[in-house]
Amino acid sequence: MFKRSRILQLILVAALACTAIGATDRFNDLGHKIMCPCGCNEILVECNHMGCPDSTRMIGELHTQIDSGIGDRPILNWFMEKYGPTVLAAPMRGGFDNVAWIMPFAVLGLSTLGVAFLIRKWRVKTVAAPSQAVNAPFDSVREKIRKETEY
Amino acid sequence: MPEFGSFTLLLALALSTYALLAGALALRQLATGGRGRIEPERLLETARRAGISTFVVITCAAFALVWAAFTGDYSVSYILHHTNRALPTAYKFSALWSGQEGSLLLWAWLLSAYGFVLRMRHKVDMRLTAYASTILAAIQLFFLLLLNFAAPPFAIQPGPLQPDGFGLNPLLQYPEMVIHPPMLYLGYVGFSVPFAFALGALMMRYPGEKWIHITRRWTMVTWLFLTCGIFLGAHWAYSVLGWGGYWGWDPVENASLMPWLTGTAFLHSVMMQEKRGMMKAWNVWLIFATFMLSILGTLLTRSGIVSSVHAFAQSSIGDWFTTFLIIVFAVCLFTFFKQRDHLVSENKLESLVSRESSFLFNNLILLAACFTVLWGTLFPVLSEYVTGSKVTVGAPFYDRVNLPIGLFLLFLTGIGPLLAWRSTSLKSIKRNFILPGIAVAATAIILMSCGVHPWSAGDDMQATIFSLIAFSLGAGVITAISSEFLRGAGVVSTQTQKNIVSAMIILVRRNTRRYGGYIVHFGVVVIFIGIAGGAFNQSKEMEMGFHDSLTLGGYTVVCQSFSQDSNPNFDTEYALLDVFHNGKKITQLAPERRFYNASQQTSTVVADHSTLERDLYVIYEGKNPDTDRPIIKVFLNPLIAWIWIGVGIIVLGTFVALIPKLEPVAVREIPPAKVQLAGGDA
Repeated sequence: MFKRSRILQLILVAALACTAIGATDRFNDLGHKIMCPCGCNEILVECNHMGCPDSTRMIGELHTQIDSGIGDRPILNWFMEKYGPTVLAAPMRGGFDNVAWIMPFAVLGLSTLGVAFLIRKWRVKTVAAPSQAVNAPFDSVREKIRKETEY
Repeated sequence: MPEFGSFTLLLALALSTYALLAGALALRQLATGGRGRIEPERLLETARRAGISTFVVITCAAFALVWAAFTGDYSVSYILHHTNRALPTAYKFSALWSGQEGSLLLWAWLLSAYGFVLRMRHKVDMRLTAYASTILAAIQLFFLLLLNFAAPPFAIQPGPLQPDGFGLNPLLQYPEMVIHPPMLYLGYVGFSVPFAFALGALMMRYPGEKWIHITRRWTMVTWLFLTCGIFLGAHWAYSVLGWGGYWGWDPVENASLMPWLTGTAFLHSVMMQEKRGMMKAWNVWLIFATFMLSILGTLLTRSGIVSSVHAFAQSSIGDWFTTFLIIVFAVCLFTFFKQRDHLVSENKLESLVSRESSFLFNNLILLAACFTVLWGTLFPVLSEYVTGSKVTVGAPFYDRVNLPIGLFLLFLTGIGPLLAWRSTSLKSIKRNFILPGIAVAATAIILMSCGVHPWSAGDDMQATIFSLIAFSLGAGVITAISSEFLRGAGVVSTQTQKNIVSAMIILVRRNTRRYGGYIVHFGVVVIFIGIAGGAFNQSKEMEMGFHDSLTLGGYTVVCQSFSQDSNPNFDTEYALLDVFHNGKKITQLAPERRFYNASQQTSTVVADHSTLERDLYVIYEGKNPDTDRPIIKVFLNPLIAWIWIGVGIIVLGTFVALIPKLEPVAVREIPPAKVQLAGGDA
């Protein structure tokens, strides 16, 4: 009986410790997704202004929200409702905000395809060109390039 | 002195206008074969001398402003708002660039200095230099118009004369701030020279790639200045702003990064034009874009379009910059379309696995990074336009989007130099990639066995994955670079019968550009390693009384005392903290919080104990008003020193690349019978 209660105690302590670690992680994670609105343009948990009118209060609010047991998204929504959309450190409201995330990768993907297509097109044309007559004048150039680029 | 300064600026405006008009008229006459009352050659010479005189006159204006700062002439509004009597001498000098008007004067002065050097070296190619000189005169004219009419640095303060100034922004009262802005400006302004040469060469249909050879050193030196300026700014932010980081993705930081990215792309792709006659149009647009991004950055941060912590740099001169930017873009576009047949590539890509294609992808990645930065900077404006509400685009966005792009760039840094020009055989790939591949795999395995486990990193999983990839790729790239050096040195050693060290020196001197480039790549890898260390940052905050201790990652910080002090410039509060590592005292740190009397502003003085392994970074956050005890925040930032060391290696590599090689440079020959291939450039 003693042994079982001891094990239960240990499990409880471990669970509490995990929750505490989880809460610290969540606080850190969420704190890095929120801006300090005092005008310093810094992340909430990184604002170090002496006498900052906002960060201490907001950090307290963040702790309260985490302790209330609600999810990350509702917490961020709560801050957005109270302080406006600029309080979020990155566009994460869905809708048009998604464009911010998609566009860089879309541009990168499309331009990669474009370059690959261009290379392929160039290669096809180069291969189609008559080789013997054309390559002869390049030999001296090739030799110079080799000298410049190889040891 | 203010009258003298204003007069010199007006005189500089007149001289610049003459240099532009006379130069343009003479070049027009030379191009059309027309003749005026004065021979075009003589007219060009007068324009050149007017350009040289502009430098002398603007130097006098800059001297007048510095003199006013040193003598405390508070009748000048700029001096009143940016200096005070108790300001240390070095910061009085730096007052020249601490505000809007002064920094524009610095810009104009540096541009005239670059123009002076260019015009003194006009014999290198008189016609091309004349074009470049005229274009520079046009840029100069814009800045002088600003200085004379929109942001005059010698404007007189209305009302009674003030006994003392309002002081310099405390954030700028730091030794690095004396050199960071000039470095950055040398970079921004310096890109005007390759821009002017590229535009001039295109206007006059300059044959061959000589303009690239002429501007190569300009571009590299300019790039080096910009690199140093950016990293000095990062180091300043790390040392002064006191939030534990060095890069906050502020619009002003972004503004400096964008031309650096396109400038880096230009430095790479221009090699394809030199060696293969390819990418001519692409290169021209890269240098155009680099110059325009320098101007755009200034426009974005000074017009109030986007908000920035660099509030001291905001003003209402945005319309001037917008107009200038539109004119520059229109001129570039018109010239490009008029002369585009001159930019047809002489060669085409022959293989996907070649040095050329690695350069193409390198350019693609650098431009994608540049686009991301520009997109993130402008998205708040776009969002407000589309949805009616502004959003913040901060570090989480840039970190998530730019990190994969950065890692791909690191990957290309490793494989690019291992590929041969034109085409790389499978045998060569196997031979060159086996060692770096082993290094990548071995590093990943070692790190994971040492406890770097992304799967158990919780919320830090993404950062840990990126760090693991960065460390592994970094090891691969260093191995690739080292094997290139060793292989080359081995060949030279066999040829010359010298030992491997001497052989390596000979190897580098034989091709300084190539091996200097490798050293720069090595520096970039070291910087990436330093950045990757950020995934393992730790911090702790505590209110500390006498003999209270704070423990973080093997370090124990013990508060010995806390006190306050005062001097004519500022009052200060500080704490004396003994630092112990593994039970042994290693140093004493004294973080401070200053209150500047003249400006009535506070500033942090960070105390930092830096080692190769990690930085112990301590901030005095202020006093708890209830207990009157200091609040101390301690960060453990791993591998930060590697970033600054990496910059040092980049500087070294660039210097090596600037040294002339032992043997004369082989200039690319244009084959007598060119292959006529359809299609334009990239």
